[in-house]
Amino acid sequence: MSDTVTTPARRRNYLNADYGIKSWLLTQDHKRIAILYLVSITFFFVLGGVMAALIRVELATPLGDMVEPDTYNRLFTAHGVLMVFLFLIPSIPAVLGNFLIPLMIGAKDLAFPKLNLGSWYVYNLGAVLMVVALLRGGTDTGWTFYTPYSSTFADSEVILTALGAFVVGFSSIMTGLNFIVTIHRMRAPGLTWFRLPLFVWAHYGTSLIQILGTPVVAIAILLVAAERLLHIGIFDPALGGDPVLFQHLFWFYSHPAVYIMILPSMGVISELITAFSRKRIFGYKFVAFSSLAIAVLGFLVWGHHLFVSSQSIYAGLIFSVLSMLVAVPSAVKTFNWTATLYQGSISWQTPMIYALGFIGLFVIGGLTGTMLATLGIDMHVHDTYFVVAHFHYIMVGGAIMAYLGGLHFWWPKITGRMYSVFWSRISAGLIFFGFNLTFFPQFLLGYMGMPRRYHAYPEEFQILNVLSSAGATILGVGYLLPLIYFTWSMRYGERASDNPWGAYGLEWETSSPPPTFNFDEPPVVTTEAYDYLAMRDKRVA
Amino acid sequence: MSEYITSVRTYLFIFLALMVLTVITVAVAFLHLGPLNDIAAMGIAITKACLVILYFMHVRHSSRLTKVVVVAGFLWLLFLIGFTMSDYLTRGLISMQSTIG
Repeated sequence: MSDTVTTPARRRNYLNADYGIKSWLLTQDHKRIAILYLVSITFFFVLGGVMAALIRVELATPLGDMVEPDTYNRLFTAHGVLMVFLFLIPSIPAVLGNFLIPLMIGAKDLAFPKLNLGSWYVYNLGAVLMVVALLRGGTDTGWTFYTPYSSTFADSEVILTALGAFVVGFSSIMTGLNFIVTIHRMRAPGLTWFRLPLFVWAHYGTSLIQILGTPVVAIAILLVAAERLLHIGIFDPALGGDPVLFQHLFWFYSHPAVYIMILPSMGVISELITAFSRKRIFGYKFVAFSSLAIAVLGFLVWGHHLFVSSQSIYAGLIFSVLSMLVAVPSAVKTFNWTATLYQGSISWQTPMIYALGFIGLFVIGGLTGTMLATLGIDMHVHDTYFVVAHFHYIMVGGAIMAYLGGLHFWWPKITGRMYSVFWSRISAGLIFFGFNLTFFPQFLLGYMGMPRRYHAYPEEFQILNVLSSAGATILGVGYLLPLIYFTWSMRYGERASDNPWGAYGLEWETSSPPPTFNFDEPPVVTTEAYDYLAMRDKRVA
Repeated sequence: MSEYITSVRTYLFIFLALMVLTVITVAVAFLHLGPLNDIAAMGIAITKACLVILYFMHVRHSSRLTKVVVVAGFLWLLFLIGFTMSDYLTRGLISMQSTIG
C-alpha cells in the first residue's frame, strides 16, 4: 500500500454527498446501492455460515448427538438456500458489478437507476420470506426442492422458502437486464467492445444467464406450488406427472446459476492478475469470448445432475460429453492467467494472494467436476461428500475467494480508506489453509462412500470429519477477520489515493471514493485495455 | 434510432390472416389425418406466433440486436425442450430388464 494521502480529505464524494437513512434507502446511485447489497449479503453470509458451523459441530462425532435428524435436514437446507440465493448469486454482480461497471465503462450510472434500487428491495422481500420460513421451522427438502418429496410429502415451509427464491430471482433478472443495457448503450467514447475490462465481459455473460435461466426456475417453483396447493399432476406420478421433470426444469437454471457465481469471479481474477503482474492479459479476446462460451455451454450440461435419477442413458451420454466441453473455455482462462503471470512484475499484495489462491482451488474444483461429468465415476460418488467437496471448491474456493479478492482490491475505491496489510494477509492465508483443511478431507470421505445429508456416520469416517470441522473453525476465523478490519478501516483506515495499486482502468482515474456521478469530466478512451506498458512509459516520461 | 411506423392496413391484414389461420386450425381438427393433425396444428400455431412477433411486436423493423435477442430467446426454449426430450424420447430404448440383467 504505497502512496497514500494525496486526495483532499473533505472532497465531495458519493458517501458525503448526502446524509441520513432516507438518502440511502431512496438512493439511485449505483455505488450506494452496491453498499446496500453489501450489507444485506454480508448479513446472510453470516447467517448461512452459522448454519454451516452447526452442521460441522454435529459431524465432529459419528453419533447424531446434537440435533435430531429432521433438524439436521432443516440446517443443511437453510445453509444451502441462504448461501446460494441470498449470498453467492448476488455477491459479485450486485456488489462489485453494481459499483464498478459504470465506473469501468466511464458512465455516470447504470442505464436504469430506479430498477437497480428496485432490485435491492425485491431481493430483501424474497429474503424476508425466506427468513420468515426459517423462523417458522425452516424447510427440510434441501436447497434443490426435489419432487415428489417437496410437492407431496414434505411437512415444512416449502412454499414460503420457494416463494422467497422465486422473488429473489426477479431481483437477479433486474440486475442482469440493467447490466446488459448499460454495457451496450453507455460506454464512454472510444471504449470499444475489445477495450472493455474483462470484468465487464464476464458480467455480460453472467447477465445473459440471469435473464435466460432465472425465469425457468421461477416456472418450476410455481409448478411445485401448483401441485402442492391445487393438486395439479405435474411431478407426482399418482396424478400423471413425472418427478424427474422437476429436476430438468430446476437444473436448467441451477446449473447455469453456478456460472452466475463463477463467471464474475473469473472477471475479478482477470483484473487482479493483470494489475499485480503489471502486464496486459495474455490472449484478451480468448478470455473475453471464453466468458460467453461458458455462459452458453453452461446451459447445455444440466443433465449431469440426473445421471442416477432414471434419466435415459442416451441423454446421460450427451450431457456427459457436453459437460466435458465446459472445461475448454475454463481452461483457456486458467492457462491465460498463468501465461499473464509469466515474466510479469508480480507483487504480493493481499488481492493477488486471493487471486493465486483462486487459481489453485478453481483448478481442483474444475478437474473434479470433469471427474463427476464422467458417467462411470458419478455412479460411484453421486450424492456423496465427493460432490459436496467439488462444488465447495468452486463456490467457496472459487467464488468467495474471488469476491474477497475483489473486495480487497476495490475497497480503497469504495470507501477511500486502506485496511491493515498485515491482518489482511493473515486472513487470506487462514482462509486458504482453513478452506483446504475443511473440504479436501471431504473428497476422501466421498470417495470412501460417505453419503451427504446424514447427521450420523460410521466411526471409521471420524478422523476425516474432525479434520474437516477443525478446518471450518480456521475458515470461520479467516472470514471474521475481514469483517473486523474492513469495519475498522472505514473510520480509522489510512486515506487511500485515487489509484493505490497503480492499476489500469477508468475506475482508478476518478477520485477515491468517486463523486456521485463518477467522473468530473466525461472520460474518452484512446488506449487498449490493460495497457501497462503505455502507463509505465507515461510515468517515466 | 428512427422508429418505423407500421400502417393500419398492414395491421388489419395481419389480424385477418390470424383470424383465417384460427378458422383453419379449427377446421383441421375435424379432419382425421393421424399424426399429421398435430403437425398441422403446430405449424399453424408457429406461423401465427411469427406473425404476432414480427408485426404486432415490431420485430421485423427493429434493429439487428433486437432480432438477435428474440432469436436467442427461442433458441434457449429449444435447448430446454430439446435436451429434456433427449431424455424422455430415449428412455424406452434400453429396457430396465436388460440393464439390471
